[in-house]
Amino acid sequence: MDFDIVRSFVDAMRSAFGTSAVLFALAGVGLNVMFGYTGLLNFGHVGSLLVGGYGTAITVNLGGPLWLGILIGITAAVLLGLLYGLPTVRLREDYLAIVTIAAAEILRLLTRSSALEPLTQGVFGIQKFADNFYDLNPFPRGSYGVWRITWDANTLWAIVVGWLLVALCVWLVWMLTRAPWGRVLKAIREDEDAARSLGKNVFGYKLQSLAIGGAIGALAGVFFAVQSQSVNPDSFQPIFTFLAYAVVILGGPGRALGPVVGSILFWFLLSFTEAVLRQAVSAGFIPDWLLTAQEVAAVRWILVGLGLMLLITFRPQGLLGSREETLIDAR
Amino acid sequence: MPADVFADVQPVPGVAKPDPVLVVDGVNRHFGGLVAVDIDHLEVQRGTITGLIGPNGAGKTTLFNLLTGFDTPNGGTWSFSGNDLVGLPAYRVARLGMVRTFQLTKALMKLTVMDNMKLGATGQSGEKVFGALLPWRWREKEKEIEARAEVLLERFTLAHMRDELAGTLSGGQRKLLELARALMVEPTLIMLDEPMAGVNPALTESLLVHIKALRDEGMSVVFIEHDMDVIMDISDWILVMAEGKLIAEGGPADVAANPAVIDAYLGEHHGEAATPENEVVESEGEDGDG
Repeated sequence: MDFDIVRSFVDAMRSAFGTSAVLFALAGVGLNVMFGYTGLLNFGHVGSLLVGGYGTAITVNLGGPLWLGILIGITAAVLLGLLYGLPTVRLREDYLAIVTIAAAEILRLLTRSSALEPLTQGVFGIQKFADNFYDLNPFPRGSYGVWRITWDANTLWAIVVGWLLVALCVWLVWMLTRAPWGRVLKAIREDEDAARSLGKNVFGYKLQSLAIGGAIGALAGVFFAVQSQSVNPDSFQPIFTFLAYAVVILGGPGRALGPVVGSILFWFLLSFTEAVLRQAVSAGFIPDWLLTAQEVAAVRWILVGLGLMLLITFRPQGLLGSREETLIDAR
Repeated sequence: MPADVFADVQPVPGVAKPDPVLVVDGVNRHFGGLVAVDIDHLEVQRGTITGLIGPNGAGKTTLFNLLTGFDTPNGGTWSFSGNDLVGLPAYRVARLGMVRTFQLTKALMKLTVMDNMKLGATGQSGEKVFGALLPWRWREKEKEIEARAEVLLERFTLAHMRDELAGTLSGGQRKLLELARALMVEPTLIMLDEPMAGVNPALTESLLVHIKALRDEGMSVVFIEHDMDVIMDISDWILVMAEGKLIAEGGPADVAANPAVIDAYLGEHHGEAATPENEVVESEGEDGDG
């Protein structure tokens, strides 16, 4: 097979604007509210996605309509956010990280437990519950896209709805954070005692931040579940949260558009590296003793990890962040 | 003049004041076996500058933390302008008009000087999560707040820095910003924890002028300070703490001559020969609390 850089680029672009990018952009926008603006180290963000996805799937599975499922999923995530917030009354930031990562794992293990199997169908998960979503697809069968970057009708439908949701959430976060409300969040991020001494109810703001961030996370979970027509406990591993952090940091924490840019770039790099490596291996540019086709998937993570390290070293503020703000950290 | 207010007040610990803005009764705080604060009775006169002094470890900052809701005492009651403050969270205390600053300056580094100031304002509906989404309802208020902030920044010679990040200010400018920001809350009682610490003499002088001006505008000021020259110069009344207790109080002259104060600073077995004033001044740099 010939080495075709254009094909790698096309694959990467498809990925950069595809369903995974939507998923991580949404999850990142939610995480950004908590981590980027409020400084809350929520390491259990994937728990909100799980609750959103499963809330939808279980409701539909029990005979409820899809819209009700989505509503239940988001409501449950808001409650989860408030639950996450309770320990922050007395505990410092790092404890929040421990509590939330544990809580998200508990949720995942519960959905996979035999005790809850009647509801969650255990390790097999729930499938085929979002036909109603695809019934609404206005695009007739076929292939759509720009140039060679194309998707089938159903994927396009999911992507269009997905990016609209991203736009809506970014707009909401932008409206909230440019208002005095956002100023208080940033003050809490910088020094919560200072905010308290100026009459701000810090605990209340943290709860609001966790609830809003959680609700947007749930929306990401709903998107993931509906788009793939499937939820499975092992889709909601802790690693998801850390990748979402990578996306937020890449884009620039505390910038409304940061996670969106971060997600697009993250998926572009990940897919581009993979496609180029795969082609290089099969074209014989990279000898077998150095790298085989089976190892490509692992190596791309190493390369992307390396890239993130370089970014943190040379552009710690992320793509959209302000250099000036980051320099102040060094004092 | 506020000094006259104290004409009939005896310089004894726990003495009643004609018009107290802050009344503390039996407030105590233990850390394990250590008694950090144990105040029987304490009153702060309204509209005056009250200095709070004592050797390191005397419990001054802990008392500030307790009174402003940043820490919870093991027992006791206290009230501010007739409002019972027991069990009130820090932000509610601040909203009542009793605002504190911190020993280690808490400028919000990554916010601009102006945003730091605006944060101090109260009653901004845009700070509520749903209110934030209705910009046409908070924009007017925001302009008002900004105008008020401009005046304060001008007064504290920070106007030229309004759009800079607070992290770019010098240590002294941060102290000024913290004071100006506290004033945005429109306090009636301001509690300053070592406002002059680490500030150069010229800036100390201007901070003194600012603090006196606050009193002259009718505000009550309580402040912790180690510099005896400053204390004696600026205070209308001085409270002295040692080992968690209020051991003395009075006007500057009373306190300087009070043997209990000298004991607290130098230990009980110091020589009797030197004049009290000199000893108090000499002891300011020392760590030991006897």
